[in-house]
Amino acid sequence: MTRSARRSRRTLRAVGAGAAALLALSACSSSGSGSSGTSGDSAAASASDKLSGTVTVFAAASLEESFTTLGEEFEKAHPGTKVAFSFGGSDTLAASITAGAPADVFASASPKTMAIVTDGGDAEGTPATFVRNRLEIATLPGNPDEIASLKDLTKSSLKVVLCDKAVPCGAAAHKALDASGLELTPVSYEEDVKSALNKVVLKEADAAVVYRTDVKAAGDKVEGVDFPESAQAVNAYPITLLKGSENTGTAKAFIALVRSAVGQKVLTDAGFLRP
Amino acid sequence: MTSPPPDKAGAADTVTGGPRRRRVRGAPAGRGLGGAPLPLLLPALLGLAFLVLPLVALLVRAPWRSMPDLLTSTEVWQALRLSLVCATAATAVSLVFGVPLAWLLARVEFPGRGLLRALVTLPLVLPPVVGGVALLMALGRNGVLGRWLDSWFGITLPFTTAGVVVAEAFVAMPFLVISVEGALRAADPRYEEAATTLGASRFTAFRRVTLPLVAPGIAAGAVLAWARALGEFGATITFAGNFPGRTQTMPLAVYLALQSDPQAAIALSLVLLAVSIAVLAGLRDRWMTAS
Repeated sequence: MTRSARRSRRTLRAVGAGAAALLALSACSSSGSGSSGTSGDSAAASASDKLSGTVTVFAAASLEESFTTLGEEFEKAHPGTKVAFSFGGSDTLAASITAGAPADVFASASPKTMAIVTDGGDAEGTPATFVRNRLEIATLPGNPDEIASLKDLTKSSLKVVLCDKAVPCGAAAHKALDASGLELTPVSYEEDVKSALNKVVLKEADAAVVYRTDVKAAGDKVEGVDFPESAQAVNAYPITLLKGSENTGTAKAFIALVRSAVGQKVLTDAGFLRP
Repeated sequence: MTSPPPDKAGAADTVTGGPRRRRVRGAPAGRGLGGAPLPLLLPALLGLAFLVLPLVALLVRAPWRSMPDLLTSTEVWQALRLSLVCATAATAVSLVFGVPLAWLLARVEFPGRGLLRALVTLPLVLPPVVGGVALLMALGRNGVLGRWLDSWFGITLPFTTAGVVVAEAFVAMPFLVISVEGALRAADPRYEEAATTLGASRFTAFRRVTLPLVAPGIAAGAVLAWARALGEFGATITFAGNFPGRTQTMPLAVYLALQSDPQAAIALSLVLLAVSIAVLAGLRDRWMTAS
């Protein structure tokens, strides 16, 4: 009797483990959803002014705040449309686009990552630069370590995080450090600009080299320190329509909004530089 | 070649390695695969294909020609060494704390035991990234406990190898606790009682009687925990960050390589796969007998 009870418990446990595995699987796959673009509307949309359907925009993590604002404005201006975003490291996004991720628009933080998509034959037309971004040092509020320059970050007592070199913000930081002949050993190479910034927001790191726009978006949670070497590593942000797009009319309209005076105002207000 | 059914069964057996295992374990022969009803056999084979095909795809797509160059880079060895060291350390930590915890759950009656057991198994279902965030909040430099570790002892765990061990132990220990608890429940407590009536202290009885009794369960749990720690990604990158040689374990190296050099990512994945298979195969018999 006890044995059978034990066995049934073990079976239950096995069932539980199976359910957990399934849950994990479904959790993974759900991240890929949200791109349920309504197809078939594209012809109608491009023929008339009436836009509809979902536009899926893959955009660099640094664009999160301003693109979210632009997406809301777009949906307001064109009722019936929906802009779905996937923000992340430009390299991750580019890799998933070349691997067949369903997206309509790609906005990356560097021409190099954009080239992954264009070389893969996934871009429609030539990508256009729509903003530029400069680096800044993000420090703890009040700048307790009195960081005033890029050189100050090389102090061994400081915990500094950089973006990984595979990501545009990391490549740019590397370029700026090289230009000034500095050797900097960070405590971590983070996978995108937001996670680098968040290590400072959480006070786990003393400083991070991130974009000016990210420092601004973080409000008073971090303090920004400008450094002249950042002029050596200004990032150009290209945007493009993707070949796999099933909703080109609406996707083109979104790109037009980003490049319009209204779009540029939102972006420059966030700290981006004009192209 | 006598009749169709056994022949078919023989072919299927070679794929699954069925007869070999039967012989090794000395179980009764039973019916061959040919006797298995189709509604069971078909989903079973599909399930097998689903689990094995992605691994085969890794082999198919592997850049065999450039493999030597990809695998002899110092970063790969650093990452592999760190992975092995940290997974082993995390298993050791899990053994030291997990076995007593399992004993507590299996042998001591106290109110709230069910809730405690649920809490212990929580990291099993928790997304590892959430675990990493939770660890940051608890043990980070500015965390609930980490703040005091920092100001009293000058210990900060994030961005250190110790942080990797902590993150891995957090996700791996529940596997050990569950295995050991199961083994303890299956073991007859009367042996311990006999030992205590013969004059042994409770701790001596645990050490000399209980531990040897549940040793296979502990070994099984340790292997599971080690394998889980070796593959840990989310909690590690969230809590310990990513720095080559210090916190960049193989899964992190694979993830970041995938963004810049997919070929290298495949090569690294194969190394991790080979290590995992070698360990699981090497310990299979002990693992199997325990389950």
